[in-house]
Amino acid sequence: MAEAAAKRAPEMESGGVAEPESRHLFEGSNWTFDTMGRTYDAIQEIALNDLGLDVYPNQIEIISSEQMLDAYSSIGMPLIYQHWSYGKRFVREAQMYQKGYAGLAYEIVINSNPCISYNMEDSTMAMQALVMAHAAFGHNHFFKNNYLFQQWTDAEGILDYLEFAKRYVAKCEERHSTAAVEEILDAAHALMDHGVFRYRRRPKLNLREQAERERERRQYQERTFNDLWRTLPRNGADMQPEQADVEIEERKTRLKLPEENLLYFLEKNSPVLEPWQRELLHIVRNIGQYFYPQKQTKVMNEGCATFVHLYIMNQLYDKGLLPEGAMLEALHSHSSVIFQPDFNDKRYSGINPYALGLAMMEDIKRICVEPTPEDEEWFPEIAGSGDWRGTLKDAWANYRDESFIQQYLSPNVIRKMKLFLLADDSTDTHFTVTDIHDERGFRNVRRALARSYDLGAIEPDIQIVDVDLRGDRKLRLQHTMRDGVPLSERSRDEVLKHIRRLWGYEVGLVGVEADTDKTSYEVSTEDAADEDD
Amino acid sequence: MAMPHFIDRRLNPKQKSLGNRQRFMRRARAQIKEVVNKSIRERNVSDISNGETISIPTKGIGEPRFHHAPTGGRRDRIFTGNKEFNAGDRIPKPAEGGQGEGGKKATDRGEGEDEFQFVLSREEFLDMFFEDLELPDLVKTSLKEVCSYKPHRAGFASSGSPTNINVLRTMRNSFGRRIALKRPTSGDEDGLTQRILDLEARSDLTPDERLWMAELHKQLEELKCRRRAIPYVDPFDLRYNRYENHPEPNTNAVMFCLMDVSGSMGEREKDLAKRFFMILHMFLKRRYERIEVVFVRHTHEAQEVDEETFFYSRETGGTVVSSALKEMLEIVHDRYPPGEWNIYTAQASDGDNFSGDAEKCIELLDTALMPLCQYYAYVEILDEREMELFQDPEKGTALWQAYRAVGASWPNFETKRIAGPGDIYPVFRELFAKQAADG
Repeated sequence: MAEAAAKRAPEMESGGVAEPESRHLFEGSNWTFDTMGRTYDAIQEIALNDLGLDVYPNQIEIISSEQMLDAYSSIGMPLIYQHWSYGKRFVREAQMYQKGYAGLAYEIVINSNPCISYNMEDSTMAMQALVMAHAAFGHNHFFKNNYLFQQWTDAEGILDYLEFAKRYVAKCEERHSTAAVEEILDAAHALMDHGVFRYRRRPKLNLREQAERERERRQYQERTFNDLWRTLPRNGADMQPEQADVEIEERKTRLKLPEENLLYFLEKNSPVLEPWQRELLHIVRNIGQYFYPQKQTKVMNEGCATFVHLYIMNQLYDKGLLPEGAMLEALHSHSSVIFQPDFNDKRYSGINPYALGLAMMEDIKRICVEPTPEDEEWFPEIAGSGDWRGTLKDAWANYRDESFIQQYLSPNVIRKMKLFLLADDSTDTHFTVTDIHDERGFRNVRRALARSYDLGAIEPDIQIVDVDLRGDRKLRLQHTMRDGVPLSERSRDEVLKHIRRLWGYEVGLVGVEADTDKTSYEVSTEDAADEDD
Repeated sequence: MAMPHFIDRRLNPKQKSLGNRQRFMRRARAQIKEVVNKSIRERNVSDISNGETISIPTKGIGEPRFHHAPTGGRRDRIFTGNKEFNAGDRIPKPAEGGQGEGGKKATDRGEGEDEFQFVLSREEFLDMFFEDLELPDLVKTSLKEVCSYKPHRAGFASSGSPTNINVLRTMRNSFGRRIALKRPTSGDEDGLTQRILDLEARSDLTPDERLWMAELHKQLEELKCRRRAIPYVDPFDLRYNRYENHPEPNTNAVMFCLMDVSGSMGEREKDLAKRFFMILHMFLKRRYERIEVVFVRHTHEAQEVDEETFFYSRETGGTVVSSALKEMLEIVHDRYPPGEWNIYTAQASDGDNFSGDAEKCIELLDTALMPLCQYYAYVEILDEREMELFQDPEKGTALWQAYRAVGASWPNFETKRIAGPGDIYPVFRELFAKQAADG
């Protein structure tokens, strides 16, 4: 690395002396692989030697707009298995794009090693530069260093695993019909958000090994399958009652109830699923787990990438490597990405993670470099330290959105964004403004904003609490309601039907108020069946 | 740090998501079907075979998850861009369904949540359209038609009209013949004449020269004689382009849609009629370059109208079917000479007719209309209950009986009772089956 930098430096200097105009990395809007390569080198120079980023090797792929639509209708994964929902997303995105309601994403980047990012062929060279700085260095650094990604995802194995999953699903479709596979995948997708162990343990990471293991498992089963065993009498029927009681207790402990990872539980314990169906659940669970960190780091991930691209583009321009037109174009695109409309604006759709992330990170830099007395009081550790690079890298590595906001949202940013807090009680006919961007409100606003990024608060807490294996085998779920917030009913009932399909027997869900332990509602798939009749 | 890896994927196979699209289409089949059926009502008879932008309800293609309801319980909402609020302010909640839920759901695509919009390709649309018409997979249309003849080049002939002379062939023959018969050229004649003139110009001719000149005169005479005897172009040389008349399908077709629009024809009946007209139009479109559609509606009197009026305006009055036939006949005589136009007729009615008019219809069809028409399809639209009553094709209204009689004597006259879209296709099937057997 140092070697490369050393080699480049004299080159650039001599170029600069001889012909001041030729310092530009490129001219005009068309890109070539040559200008791309040159620009990449210049970006890398700043990213590694100035910002000190630590990234996976980059693999940058140039794709057409149709391929871009393809890629992001399949949840941004290049190799995902086939499913109708991706087709649905594709027709919708294509429609939006063709009608001009929405532009295409400029890039997609995959948390893998090497880090793959997609750039669009129709982008101008200025955009290509921006995108490379954003994705190939900003996101890439974040993926490699953030603790959640390190703990939850296997960047080495993901591409191989997806390849395996795709082939596996295709093989299942061939063997058991598309409809049969779809039924399982639909149900599994409905539970994707509830397919991780949030509280209990960390996942095993080696996806390549997992794919290998599944292959072995199947081969073993096929080799040793003997239908005769099925005809042997089961001894459960003539067991003694006490014995059975003990067994149930044992089994319950063995089932480790309550269980928050619904997909895992069904995969391991459903009485009706075939091995290949369990494997499908396993695949969906793995993919859900892969996206779990991304869901918790939207603000940080985008903030990091945006901060990095803005810094790098400015540096390139200051060094005289970017033509003015290209810089203006990049800035224009940058400012539309971080646009944050006010709450009463028609375009308002919540808080823009790019805007919030960038504002906070720029503010951290400011606090490190030129703190105000207020910052000294709020952030004594970093105020005036001058080491904004180290502070940011530490934040990028060790926080997720919720804790990042809780730790670093400064009064200055709250004031700038004019954040305010509304209390919404469904029994009240009015909203109450509880806090605004003033001295008294800062802490509450910060806490509320942090909480609004806490997956534990955004996603309903639903766990499997009991299975009556002796009787009707009904699967009992409990929704622990915080602040009386209910589930959206239509989708709730649909999901329950999906669980019933996977479990094979009836499924009940009880809503319990977290603070009072009062039962708020109770539904069951049996009721739904009655209604259908 | 290694050089980045740039990979050009633009040439990778396209349409990677086709499989996903097909899976989605299958999934949403029921909803798409419904929308397609509805859209048929809004389409013109002639534009059925375009694609269609449709929006379908998300029911059935939803992807449910456990998620919190947008309202209910106690929650904190956080917003940007405070203007005049102070802590403790109370803001009335917007009315139900208002824009209160700015935050989570109403993203740019949030509004599209309930209606899902996308474009069906032409093939996908037709698949859906044909589905309940029960068309066989492959319909080879070999419609019978009036042929006009068009000359096609077919080699050469030794006789023909002067306009068709093939100059090249003719001249080649003439040239060969002239060489073979040693016809003197005009150059030979000019040379000889010149020599005679040269001799004549001199005054001091020797006797030998005089003899020689007489000889030359004789030669010239012979040469001229020979040139006269052997014509430059002999009728024997003539070659003509030869044409054969090939029967040529007539590329114009006119389709008459006749419909009873008296009060008894309701929304459902007109809808079925429209599908019936559409499908005939489809078949014709595959065959002809140009199709015109003429709409004739009738109550107790008939008139030509535009499509909009045809399907959607209501009329009151009696029902005299023959008035429509007369109107059609007039239009044919005025605008569509049968030599140039293939005439197809589709008639839809609920079977009511003014008593005594049926005979007039038979008369008109037998003597005037049927000889002009390629094909005449009549559908009687019944409701399901009547359909059971009229199981027996022998029984029916006076009009039905009359048309049955016409059908017996004209093979290109088809009658059918329909109560649902599934009954429409057989009207055509028989015709095409017959044609295929002939062909």
